Amino acid sequence: MFKKLAIGAVLALAPVASLAAGGGGHVEDYSFSFEGPFGKYDTNQLQRGLQIYTEVCAACHGLKQVPIRTLADEGGPSLPEDQVRAYAAQTFEVFDPELEDFRPAKPTDHFPANTAAGAPDLSLMAKSRAGFHGPYGTGINQLFKGIGGPEYIASILAGYEEAPDCAPEDFNGYYNTVFAPGGYPDECKIYDEHGVEIGRKAPGSWIAMAPPLAGEDVEFADGHSNELHHEAQDVAAFLMWAAEPKMMARKQAGLVGVIFLTILSVLLYLTNKRLWAPVKGKRDDA
Amino acid sequence: MAGIPHDHYEPKTSGEKWLHSRLPIVGLLYDTIMIPTPKNLNWWWIWGIVLAFCLVLQIVTGIVLVMHYTPSADLAFASVEHIMRNVNGGHMLRYLHANGASLFFVAVYIHLFRGLFYGSYKAPREITWIIGMLIFVAMMATGFMGYVLPWGQMSFWGATVITGLFGAIPFIGESIQTWLLGGPAVDNATLNRFFSLHYLLPFVIAALVVVHIWAFHTTGNNNPTGVEVRRGSKEEVKKDTLPFWPYFVIKDLFALAVVLTVFWAVVGFMPNYLGHPDNYLEANPLVTPAHIVPEWYFLPFYAILRAFTSEVWVVQFASFITGGIVDAKFFGVLAMFGAILVMALTPWLDTSSVRSGKFRPMFKWWFYLLIIDFMALMWLGAMPAQEPYASFSLIASAYWFAYFLIILPILGVIEKPGEIPATIEDDFEAHYGKSSDASAPAATPAE
Repeated sequence: MFKKLAIGAVLALAPVASLAAGGGGHVEDYSFSFEGPFGKYDTNQLQRGLQIYTEVCAACHGLKQVPIRTLADEGGPSLPEDQVRAYAAQTFEVFDPELEDFRPAKPTDHFPANTAAGAPDLSLMAKSRAGFHGPYGTGINQLFKGIGGPEYIASILAGYEEAPDCAPEDFNGYYNTVFAPGGYPDECKIYDEHGVEIGRKAPGSWIAMAPPLAGEDVEFADGHSNELHHEAQDVAAFLMWAAEPKMMARKQAGLVGVIFLTILSVLLYLTNKRLWAPVKGKRDDA
Repeated sequence: MAGIPHDHYEPKTSGEKWLHSRLPIVGLLYDTIMIPTPKNLNWWWIWGIVLAFCLVLQIVTGIVLVMHYTPSADLAFASVEHIMRNVNGGHMLRYLHANGASLFFVAVYIHLFRGLFYGSYKAPREITWIIGMLIFVAMMATGFMGYVLPWGQMSFWGATVITGLFGAIPFIGESIQTWLLGGPAVDNATLNRFFSLHYLLPFVIAALVVVHIWAFHTTGNNNPTGVEVRRGSKEEVKKDTLPFWPYFVIKDLFALAVVLTVFWAVVGFMPNYLGHPDNYLEANPLVTPAHIVPEWYFLPFYAILRAFTSEVWVVQFASFITGGIVDAKFFGVLAMFGAILVMALTPWLDTSSVRSGKFRPMFKWWFYLLIIDFMALMWLGAMPAQEPYASFSLIASAYWFAYFLIILPILGVIEKPGEIPATIEDDFEAHYGKSSDASAPAATPAE
């Protein structure tokens, strides 16, 4: 808190370059239902996100920290338990050291790890990326927007574009306008007369992941739109739940605690005032 | 307990007398809780209670977390996720513990700067101050090692960078670093010893806190005027003080409740605000994060560490004088520890006979500048090591040392102090008027 206040104070005095990491593109501020102190997960959205994860992402990405049974938890996708059992058995095979063989997954298993394609595990992805740092780099807006991880994920998924003309045809990876830490062809960098890089012709960089979603990749049972940006938001919301499954319980506890402590503060304030009144030369009932 | 004269515990019943003649523990507690406290203490004096609360909070949540945590390089990260997902209330416990560390440091910095402003370090309270500095150092060690335990990327690389500081010590540095880490690099052995020490140090802190309280209960509290309580007789003492219970207990509890309201909102609504997103990536010795940033409460000292690069003339001079033994890296380490050491030496560096900054017209402004300097260092510590931040860091670091080593000694000689009230009673009455019943300043019960 101190640091952020300090940052705010100093930045108010001197305009300084943005704190956003790297030369990343713009993280779209998607509106999610779970933002802010009263935000809640949208059960239907989490279920759609699960479907996208299962049908698309799971081919390369694991979710190894997440127990499959939590799909039935309140404040999550809230699937009925028999559905979770069927989902586990039909979707994943896990290696059982006791059987020394693969068997269909059970709800008590975790989603399998998946390192086949060298893709990162997604269990905590939504918390390990920050999209928001404002205002003035204080990050206070996270109170209302969240840290921006799901926005970052959705922006990446919707951020693929035709590579700019300056890039060589065979440059490694896929051009993404949002992804910052990837490869970047020298041909697209702008240099000054000393050969120092002073700018780039296109935002973002080249990412190893081929565009996973193009729109209409999945058919939702509820007939919800499967346009690219809707799919991207749905799976990002699901990954936020995967990273922070107890978020709704936490916000509930936060709200109850704040109300309780506020009442306690008022009572102690009145007690203190009454207690000190005679000492401070004031009348008791002043 | 020695110090300000006041009424002591008198055992009344035969049972009390029996216990008191064998172990005067009730008397000790009574004297501690009923200590005469200057009645003019302002709101800057509430942070001691917040700190005591933080220590208890951290120990209690920590002990429960340990029941579910696995200190092993292979399992630590997953065990933290186990706490977050499977342990009843585990997510709250962990967020309370992680944010509790931040509250602890917010409170300790305010408490510390309060002491610096009101001259709480001055005679006869030097021991209280020194013990306080020891607690501060122990807190930093505990906080640092605690941050390593989740075994995320920042845990791992933070540990690598900070233990690397000891490697900068000439001749023996490398051996010390290996000894600290339990091997050539941060690994399972490091995690295990950090875990052990992270569990041990809070109890050392608790013991130091007892000594800290003992020391200032012997000298009596400082107060905003810096004027000592008159201790000629119990009657005189009563004019300047009120018993800690109930007056300051209730006042401090009120303040604590307000602080905790904000704290709870942070834990409930933005628990990862003060953390670093990279620590949700499991430690990977093969991938170095783009920016390795310590926790916010280390940033001012981290900025001082980085400020002294080999281009700075002081560093070049030190290197020349010592024949290259003190290089830029070691100089930075010395500066960082020196920044804390000069604070610890304040009782002997401040030459002024006036205790409270309130009555020191010049000191005030240098002190406010020190606060801005501290904030600036905190901000600079989070910035990348490049211009213009490097130059700013150097200026801000220089001011930090100049304040303690040059400004404080000189001010005491040249400054003309303002008018100081004769007694605490005078100061109090100037604010609030005379007590309605000065002889018995006790609360009347509610009707």
